[in-house]
Amino acid sequence: MTEENKLPSGHTRIDSLEMRGITKRFPGVLASDNVNFDVKAGEVHALLGENGAGKSTLMKVLYGLYEPSEGEIFLNGKKITIDSPTDAISHGIGMIHQHFMLVETLTVAENVALGLPSSKGFLTDLDKVSERILELADIYGLKIDPDAYIWQLSVGQQQRVEIIKALYRGAALLILDEPTAVLTPQEVDEFFVIMRQMVADGHGLIFISHKLHEIMNICDRVTILRDGAKVGTRNIADITKSELANWMVGREVSMTRELEKIERGPSRLTLENLSCDNERELPAVKDFSLKVHSGEILGLAGISGNGQRELAEAITGLREIKGGKVLLEDEDITHVRPGEVTERMLSYIPEERMRDGMIKDFTIAENMVLREHHVPPFAEKGFLMLKKIANHSDDLIKKFRVKTPSRETKAGTLSGGNIQKVVLAREISRNPRVLIAAQPTRGLDVGATEYVHEQLLKQRGEGTAIMMISEDLDEVMALSDRIAVICEGELMGIVERADATPQKLGLMMAGENV
Amino acid sequence: MRSKLDSFVDALLPVFATLAALGVGALMLLILRVNPGEAYGALWEGAFGSTNAIAETLVKSVPLLLVGLGICIAFRASVINIGAEGQMIIGGLMATQIGLVFTDLPGWMVIIMAIFAGFLGGAIWGGIPGALKAYFNVNEILSTVMMNAIAVQIMNYMLRGPMIDPAQLEKASKIPQTARLADAFRLPRLAPTRLHLGFVIAIALAILVYILLWRTTLGYRIRAVGQNPHASRYGGIRVRRRIVTALLLSGALAGIAGAIQVYGVNYRMITDGSSTGFTGGAGFNGIVAALFGQLHPIGTIPASIFFGALLVGANKMQRAVQIPSALIGALNGLVVIFVVSSEMWRNKRQKDRLSIESDVVNMGESPSDDPTSTPEEVLA
Repeated sequence: MTEENKLPSGHTRIDSLEMRGITKRFPGVLASDNVNFDVKAGEVHALLGENGAGKSTLMKVLYGLYEPSEGEIFLNGKKITIDSPTDAISHGIGMIHQHFMLVETLTVAENVALGLPSSKGFLTDLDKVSERILELADIYGLKIDPDAYIWQLSVGQQQRVEIIKALYRGAALLILDEPTAVLTPQEVDEFFVIMRQMVADGHGLIFISHKLHEIMNICDRVTILRDGAKVGTRNIADITKSELANWMVGREVSMTRELEKIERGPSRLTLENLSCDNERELPAVKDFSLKVHSGEILGLAGISGNGQRELAEAITGLREIKGGKVLLEDEDITHVRPGEVTERMLSYIPEERMRDGMIKDFTIAENMVLREHHVPPFAEKGFLMLKKIANHSDDLIKKFRVKTPSRETKAGTLSGGNIQKVVLAREISRNPRVLIAAQPTRGLDVGATEYVHEQLLKQRGEGTAIMMISEDLDEVMALSDRIAVICEGELMGIVERADATPQKLGLMMAGENV
Repeated sequence: MRSKLDSFVDALLPVFATLAALGVGALMLLILRVNPGEAYGALWEGAFGSTNAIAETLVKSVPLLLVGLGICIAFRASVINIGAEGQMIIGGLMATQIGLVFTDLPGWMVIIMAIFAGFLGGAIWGGIPGALKAYFNVNEILSTVMMNAIAVQIMNYMLRGPMIDPAQLEKASKIPQTARLADAFRLPRLAPTRLHLGFVIAIALAILVYILLWRTTLGYRIRAVGQNPHASRYGGIRVRRRIVTALLLSGALAGIAGAIQVYGVNYRMITDGSSTGFTGGAGFNGIVAALFGQLHPIGTIPASIFFGALLVGANKMQRAVQIPSALIGALNGLVVIFVVSSEMWRNKRQKDRLSIESDVVNMGESPSDDPTSTPEEVLA
């Protein structure tokens, strides 16, 4: 073994990893269909595909979580079998899961050491672990304090701990499952710096993401999966972003669109000097005033965590308002309970749809009436009208093309895109007067995103006043009649669609009054 | 094919668990030099061997079922009610008082009033911890247990003081019990056995609780609050109020159990001074019965009968083979441990299967999985 195939971490490099003819069958479903996939040292290989295209299946096979029905895996040209994550790790394959696997009440060093034998037998050797963590941190430019507790760290820092954990265990090849989904734009930039460093040092990275600009930015090659089968592999240098999008969904996706001209109606939602606090009782929204009119989409842009969630919750009655007023048409709804806000036909698609918008142990049918379980026709004299609820759910499942075995399926078993369709169906099928849509397409694949956008535009056409809160500037610019920008809880300004440029919005998001 | 086998195994799991518990119990019997076959024969004989035995089993199952129904409601709302003992006692006391005061009214009317008084007493005793939890974030496990202790002392005071049987006052023994209720106030018997109308009432209430939980908006709300308080709030549900409602109803059913124990079995309120002197531990055993019944009101019916049988059969076993009474308690405990563990194992198996199924539905994409939040987080 020569020095050349060593990584800076001291572990052996994986020059090439090849998956050949991987097929994974579940009863009645072909989740992965004869897929070839390979990664070389020093490259980022993106894995792209809509939800359900088979990305996770393929990676679970590689990480030893699934046994492939057919197919072989070759490491540096030698055939290997991977029966468990432990196997995968011993071969130098690491995985950073989308949901971190960290114990919040333990320190970084303790988390890294977790599950590994100690050099001191029954006693811990945390000083040694810390030393090694600092060494790795130094090599890869990962600023981290080994003695910090996980709960003290930001999401971006926690992700670094996950990377250190994998490197500590000797990972030469890392599977990154939607690593940027949980990060703020700045954290994404920092993360990309780390990725570039690792690639330069000879690691191979598999990058799963739905964000095309990230793939264009960071990856060398991209493999696209559709319905479990591979569509193809291309060099990023040879392909444009819109080509990539088209290729992925197999149909034309409009990246920018013409909005249908609609006469802007009267103001449906008026915020007057609205202020509210966050969970830590610090001011989250300050003196916020704007109007949303019938038949318009008002995009609210801003870096996440700048008061968007608190604002949406204040409007919908879920958060106590400290100052100012919320008017729904002419009615003051500042201190109205959430249930009564609902009854006034204000709909809300919450950002954290699994936590706030959905009861995962309830059936789809039960979730479809979450907001209206107590009013006719779904309830009469305190009894649930199960027939009506069932018919209503079947209608919506069909109309919104929710992929589910039946309406009696537990909502928590659906994929993210389908869950969002259920929330969307519930909120817009009522023909609301006002719709607050927070991050309505976060985590959704291109097809589902497109679908959500169409539905929002349809609501706009029907005269609903829509406030769309989104971090995705492309999305905001594509759909909004007017764009408001929030920074640190303050309104930075409102720009007409025609005057909006990414540069201008970017400056406002960074806190400059324009 | 596989799934058929799986569901077959699942259905028989409690039976296997019970057999395994009895197996370990057999070892203990062998150590005591008792023939397990003989002992278990006596157990079966005691629980189901005759019409009277069956009736006794069913009589024992009534308080378990009523308490268990309340537990179903509370646990569905993610509220852990350990206070059924106290709720039974207060319900029993209030119901008894009705029978002692309104001696001139017709029997059926007093029975209805007494059951209502039991409902009310239990509701108050459950509602207090409910309100403390909802509005002051007091842990309901602690508060319900402490309410039990308070209830026991109230009972001891009432039965030795204001409510004591005047006849006992004259005797030196001063047994803590009330006067006997008028014969007209007794719950009618169903057969020439001790089985009384309370059994029918309990079954009817099981059906009502089922309807409440799955057919009414209130039940929807209680279950929603238990599953996800955040989404419940978003859905316009008043989380705090529903927590109080759940504990209130839970206590009310335990209170009815107390009333029926008085009007169907003892015909007076009586205790031996110990904490379970009046309830016979039904307030705790009912929790186990509800868990055994999958927190489903209908499932709780056979579960209660099963534990009723165990309690009744164990008495006979103790007499027949001369073993220390502590062993009976140990045997009950074994059954509970095995059954509850097997339930957990089954739940895990079902969850694993579900995740494979959902993998199939979502073609490998894992379902979004957030840790379920508890009402505490919303109230905090």
